[in-house]
Parts: sequence; C-alpha cells; structure tokens
Amino acid sequence: MTAAAPIRAKRVLPGFSLSLGTTLLYVALIILIPVIALILKGAQIGPSQFWSIVTSPRTLSALRVTVTAAALATLFNAFYGLLMAWVLTRYDFPGKRILDALMDVPFALPTAVAGISLTALYSANGWFGAPLSGTGVEIVYTLAGVTLAMAFTSTPFVVRAIQPVLEDLDPTLEQAAMTLGARPFAIFRRVVLPAILPAWLAGSTVAFARSLGEFGAVVFIAGNLPFKTEIAALLAYIRLEEYDYQGAAAIALVLLGFALILLILSNWLQFRAARHLEARP
Amino acid sequence: MNVTALTEAPGQGRAVPRMLIALAFVLTAIFVVAPLVFIFWRAFAEGWATYIGNITDPLTLHAIALTALVAVIVVPINIAFGIAAAWAIARFRFPGRKLLMTMIEIPFSISPIIAGICYLLLYGRQGLLGPWLAAHDLKVMFALPGILLVTMFVTAPFVAREVLPLMQAQGSEQEEAAVTLGARGWQVFSRVTLPNIRWALLYGAVLCTARAVGEFGGVSVVSGSIRGQTNTLPLQIELMFNDLNTTGAFAAASTLTVIAMVVLVVKAALESRR
Repeated sequence: MTAAAPIRAKRVLPGFSLSLGTTLLYVALIILIPVIALILKGAQIGPSQFWSIVTSPRTLSALRVTVTAAALATLFNAFYGLLMAWVLTRYDFPGKRILDALMDVPFALPTAVAGISLTALYSANGWFGAPLSGTGVEIVYTLAGVTLAMAFTSTPFVVRAIQPVLEDLDPTLEQAAMTLGARPFAIFRRVVLPAILPAWLAGSTVAFARSLGEFGAVVFIAGNLPFKTEIAALLAYIRLEEYDYQGAAAIALVLLGFALILLILSNWLQFRAARHLEARP
Repeated sequence: MNVTALTEAPGQGRAVPRMLIALAFVLTAIFVVAPLVFIFWRAFAEGWATYIGNITDPLTLHAIALTALVAVIVVPINIAFGIAAAWAIARFRFPGRKLLMTMIEIPFSISPIIAGICYLLLYGRQGLLGPWLAAHDLKVMFALPGILLVTMFVTAPFVAREVLPLMQAQGSEQEEAAVTLGARGWQVFSRVTLPNIRWALLYGAVLCTARAVGEFGGVSVVSGSIRGQTNTLPLQIELMFNDLNTTGAFAAASTLTVIAMVVLVVKAALESRR
C-alpha cells in the first residue's frame, strides 16, 4: 500500500506536476495563506482578551441577530425550496422552464443590487412597503428585513440540492405505496422524505452558512442599529474602520469557525446524499 | 410521463398539483421576480434622459471601467486555475486529493467580509506582511492589487467546480488513446480535452465573470472606497444609494442586472445542449 503506486499507474497522461503545482500554488497564495493570517492574528489576541471581545454585549447581540435571522431565512427556504423542487420535477405545466431559470436569479444578481432593490421595494413608498405600512408591518430596518435579505440570497441552495434526488427517485415506489392504499401524505413521509432528507439537510446547511456570512444584501435593509439589527459581519467591518484589528479578527474568527463547521457538515450530508443516489441501479 | 400516471391515479385528483403549482408561481413572483423588475422600474423612473445622464456620470463610468478591468484580469487567471485543478484532480490519484477539493470550495462557505479581513490582516499596515510591504514601498490594500486578490478568492471555485465533475464523468480513455498515438501534452489538451469540456468551461467562466463583477463585501473591506479611484461598480451603487441618489444607484444597478440576466440565458442555452 504505497501512496506512490497508484500515481505511477495513472501516469500515462502528461502534465501531473504542472497542473498539481499550479493548483497548489494558487490555493496556497489565494485561499490558505490569507485564512492562516486571520488565525495567526487571532492567536495573538490571547484567550481572555478574545473571550471578552466575543462575549461583549454588542458582539453577542450581533451574533444573536445573525443566527436568528439566518435560521428564520433557512426555515423559509427549506419549505419554499422543497415546494419548488417538487413542482419542477413532478409536474408539467406552461412556464415551467422560466420558473426553473428564475431559481438562479439570486446567484446571478450581485448582492448589493439585491440589497438596494429589496430595501426600496419594502420601504414606506415601495411597491410592497406602502401597503404593508398601512397594516403596521415594518420590514425595512427590522429583523424581518435582515431575514428577507438572507432568504433571498440563499434561495437556490435548497432547490438545487433536492432537484437531482427527486428526479432520480423512482415513481413506481410511490405508485406501489398508493396501490397498497397509502394516502398522499403518508407516501410523502414514508417514501419520498427518507430519500431526499440528506440532500434537503445539506442544501439547508449551505443556505444557513451563506446567510450567516451575507453582507451586501443585508447592510442596506438592516439599518444597522447596534443591539437591534446589526449583524456580526458588519460589526467586524465597523471594528476594522475603527482600526480595532483585534476586535475585527476575533469576530471574524467566530464566523470562520461557524463556516468551517457547516462546510464539514454539508460535505458529510452531500456524501450521504450521493451514496443514496449511487445505491440505486 | 410518470407525472401523469401519478396525478391521474385513483384516489388523487388534480387539485393538489394545481394548488402547488399556483403557490410556486405566486411565491416566486413576490419573492424573486418583483425585486428584479423593480430595479429597471426605478432606474427608468425619471425617463431615458436621466438614465443616460446617470450612467455617463464620470464617477460611474470610472467604476464601470475599473470593474471591467478587474474581470478582465481575474477571469482568465481563474480559467487557467480551474483547468489545472480539474486536470490534476480528475486525471491523477495522489494523497490529499479530497482535501484539495475541499480547500478549493472554502471560498463558497466563507463570508466575503471575512475574506476581506483575512487579506487586510495579511497585507494591511497592521498585517503580517505590512511592515515588509511598507519598507519596499508596495501598496496592496486600498489599491488595485487588493481588489484583484479578494476577487480571485471569492471566484476561485467557479470554473473548477463546473469542469471537474464533467472531466471525472467523461473518463480519460480518449486522452490516453491520443497519448498512445503519439500526441504531445498540449495537443491532447487542445484537440481532445478542450472540445469535450468547452460548454462547462464557458458556463464556469460566465458565472465567474458575473461574480467578479458583482462582488461587494470583500471588495468593500480592501478597497478603501476612494471615490473615482478604487470604487468598483457595486461600491459606487452603495455610495449613490447612501447619498440618497436612488435613481442613480438603480441606473448603475441595472447594468449589473443585465449581466445577471445574460448569465441566466447562457445557462438555459447550455443546459439544452447537454
């Protein structure tokens, strides 16, 4: 079991050292070294100082706002994404291809553009803001606005995670359940849900991670009121502008930790989802 | 197809599918379409003349030029990196291969703001390399190099992620055959590999361009937002929006929205080819 043997066996093709060298150099320079710089800077802070920054009331409030809004946005997308994936894979209807293409809008649209559009749309004289303000519902400069912006930018993750699994799921299983007398909801719970669960959770995990780090869409609609609608990414940004590099690094490290944990979790879930797909002939 | 079989089976009417489809349309119209349409509506709210005036504002034109320059530099570099990464990972087995794949995906899960902070802590005045850079009179942060580096970070995975799965699925038989017939490295690549991956490559490059052009969080940390100097188009939009020049902000935003819609059209066209 030497590691070198499989490399040599595959070495019919040229370009191994060139392509791997280029890749490693780029990954090191562009991705790894900057991330390591943050970790090194964080290590210089010292545990007690780090703890006092992270547990300061303003940081805790920003983290609470970020996690709450991201969780609500993910919850919305878990159901909206499931609905869209189901409708797009199971039914045929006019306008289906357009609806499918629209799911990618939040990926393609720059976040700052989405941010100003949502803000103006839901402000007191916007298309949606005007009727809503009559009913006393405020979106702009509230937690609801932060949630809305996060939900918009992370929408495609859940749909695109479930779609291939649903397409691959053999409908005869559902028909068999139906002929055995199962009702639609029971079929969904017993047949469909177990098959799509890993992909559903993986997509939701990525949507949650993306929401935690979202900045461009959120800063415009949030109003950025400390202790109310200030998100963690913005607080780190503010600390930088105040030349408080330690404060910025500490908050950034907490967000980096969240991101890496969620990356590992979603990779593991995607691996389970892929295994489920491969298990079928 | 199976769909009709399912929906016409006894005991289940057509009411549920119709209701779900209607719900999908209504939610998408409110949630996705309205913000998209609203951008153009606001951009043209004061007529064509104002729109043209807003777009040809010198600061906006400078921002458009800077943003285009960033894309022109970053996208080819990321295409080269994406092909190299896909070639190494799809065609060879080596220790740490899966780890390398995960590392390439890191920029997807890290907030662009954190990416910006990482770069500032490396190249900024207080950063690890800051004193050395200052001693050699090199300026990376609050200048073009910083904007380029952060944009490379956030767009690094795009080409690799499109090309890699395709190369894995296609296998290497054709390339190996070409090698046995005496083709050299670049011949194999340009005659066999490139034609096979061209559509995925094109799609990855288009996505990479859209993201490079639209990047906001990371660039706003490292650019210093110097008017007429380091302001990219998304930063210029923020500036005008905060200056209460909403129509100007939406006019600038409409150019980026057009790019986003081109991406959607290209994607749909490429998917029908597959």
